Amino acid sequence: MTRAAAVASGCIEASPATAIAVRDLAVRFDGDAGSVTALDGVGFEVPEAGFVTMLGPSGCGKSTLLRAVADLVPISAGSINVFGRTPEQARRARDFAFVFQDATLLPWRSVIDNVRLPLEVGRRGGAVEQHAEPEELLALVGLEGRADALPHELSGGMRQRVSIARALVCRPRVLLMDEPFGALDEINRDKLNEELLRIWQETGTTIMFVTHSVPEAAFLGQKCLVLSAQPGRVREYVDISFTSPRALGMRDTLEFVQVTAHLRSLLELPR
Amino acid sequence: MTTTEVGAKAVRPPAAAGETARAGRARARRRLRYAPAIGAGVGMVVVWHLIVTGFEIPTYIAPSPWQVLVVFANQGDILWINFLPTLLEAVCGFALGNTIAVLLAVWFVHSGVAERAFYPIAVFINTIPIIAIAPILVLMLGNGYEPKIVIAALICFFPTLVNMVRGLKAVSPQMLELMRVLSANDREVLFKIRLQSSLPFLFAALKIASTTCVIGAIVGEWIGSNYGLGSLIIEATYNFRAPLLYATVILGAGLAVAFFVITSLVERHVLKWKPGEVF
Ligand SMILES: Nc1ncnc2c1ncn2[C@@H]1O[C@H](COP(=O)(O)OP(=O)(O)O)[C@@H](O)[C@H]1O
Ligand SMILES: [Mg+2]
Repeated sequence: MTRAAAVASGCIEASPATAIAVRDLAVRFDGDAGSVTALDGVGFEVPEAGFVTMLGPSGCGKSTLLRAVADLVPISAGSINVFGRTPEQARRARDFAFVFQDATLLPWRSVIDNVRLPLEVGRRGGAVEQHAEPEELLALVGLEGRADALPHELSGGMRQRVSIARALVCRPRVLLMDEPFGALDEINRDKLNEELLRIWQETGTTIMFVTHSVPEAAFLGQKCLVLSAQPGRVREYVDISFTSPRALGMRDTLEFVQVTAHLRSLLELPR
Repeated sequence: MTTTEVGAKAVRPPAAAGETARAGRARARRRLRYAPAIGAGVGMVVVWHLIVTGFEIPTYIAPSPWQVLVVFANQGDILWINFLPTLLEAVCGFALGNTIAVLLAVWFVHSGVAERAFYPIAVFINTIPIIAIAPILVLMLGNGYEPKIVIAALICFFPTLVNMVRGLKAVSPQMLELMRVLSANDREVLFKIRLQSSLPFLFAALKIASTTCVIGAIVGEWIGSNYGLGSLIIEATYNFRAPLLYATVILGAGLAVAFFVITSLVERHVLKWKPGEVF
């Protein structure tokens, strides 16, 4: 296991293999009751085809960080760079896809039509050039044969699989996932974790994955960004590597337990 | 969770015989569900008959069910001739009022200025009793179908407007974020998200409108009209033809019920995606 020191904001040059570069990022929300600083001085990089998990106490700004990358939240200071573009340009170019905690399927559309949604909107006239076949994606997420089902006929785990297929349909270079399995029971979550790893390896997509589960963060991430709360700052950007291949059984090995223990100690550190 | 997922796959091809047996049981259950309503209806007719005959109430005050039935048999042509205009006015008013309400709601949702300007006016018009508007419209539009259609439309309009505005705004914020990530424009959000998620609200309003449009048409026919169920009601009352009056009222109510049932059936078909819905 190697431990990288926290990346001091702005001190690393972007290399060609960098998918996402965040520098000196601050996000403030101005409300009636004054302004809330959700993120302050956050800087880190996500390598291309990398899998970065994000951990932190609730309310520390994990969602806000992901939403800032996705151009859903305006940034107050600093910069975000997605494959050399601003978040807005990246959004318009369909560089990334977002997976929400609840699957956010359109309940009146069948499974396959939900997967097709990204091909139908937001492209003002131009055809969607390079997209994956929705049917193949359903097979990839293990839902072949359920193409015509309606969302309410599916379990929570199956719904989330559909939303992952939908996210992949435009072949995004980055997948942003905000606690996608947070509402699932443990058995389903384990299964989807394994499948997400497989999908990540098969597609070569860069993934940013928010979770509040320490084992999940360690199991999935090549790197884990640990945030501290109020305001959200980077506590440590942890490199995670294992000698054994990542499989669910690995979670009982000593090296895995050492990683999770370290992540836990970071979370429990006083401010 | 896992078991349900696996189970859902395993249970997929159900035996055809089991399917029909289950469908048959479901049909029987549905029949049983309507049994209390049918029983109560028959009971009330029986009580009506007993009261009228028991207290020897004169026909011009209250006819017996049998006398009303006789009107349906012997004066069916009068009823039918007057039924058709009311049907036409109610249908046209329903279509007109709801269409305008839906279009206005779409406009309001996309333009805050329009909503602030015209919503209060819509509220104001709604507060004027329909009985008071009717003569005004007759003065303006004459004696034909037009004032009745407009009255039927007016009476449908407000509930649909209110519900539709609410429905178009009742989109989950998460869906809007999804559409934003997809760089969808307002038109795409309207046609892919807002309209569909407003449908449950729209149908709640349409079910109200399906009965009130008949009331609107009948009220319109009360004033200076010589055809339609409304005018027949007035005429029968002034001539003490109570059996005809009752038959006309029953026919009007039947029309409203028919509209309601049709609307509900359409709703059930359109809102298939919404589990645990409808009557
Ligand atoms: N739209 C918003 N308006 C105001 N404050 C917000 C908004 N979104 C998030 N916040 C605040 O920002 C902080 C971080 O929130 P969030 O990113 O959701 O945390 P996490 O996902 O880590 O639980 C919280 O204090 C939250 O109250
Ligand atoms: Mg969150």
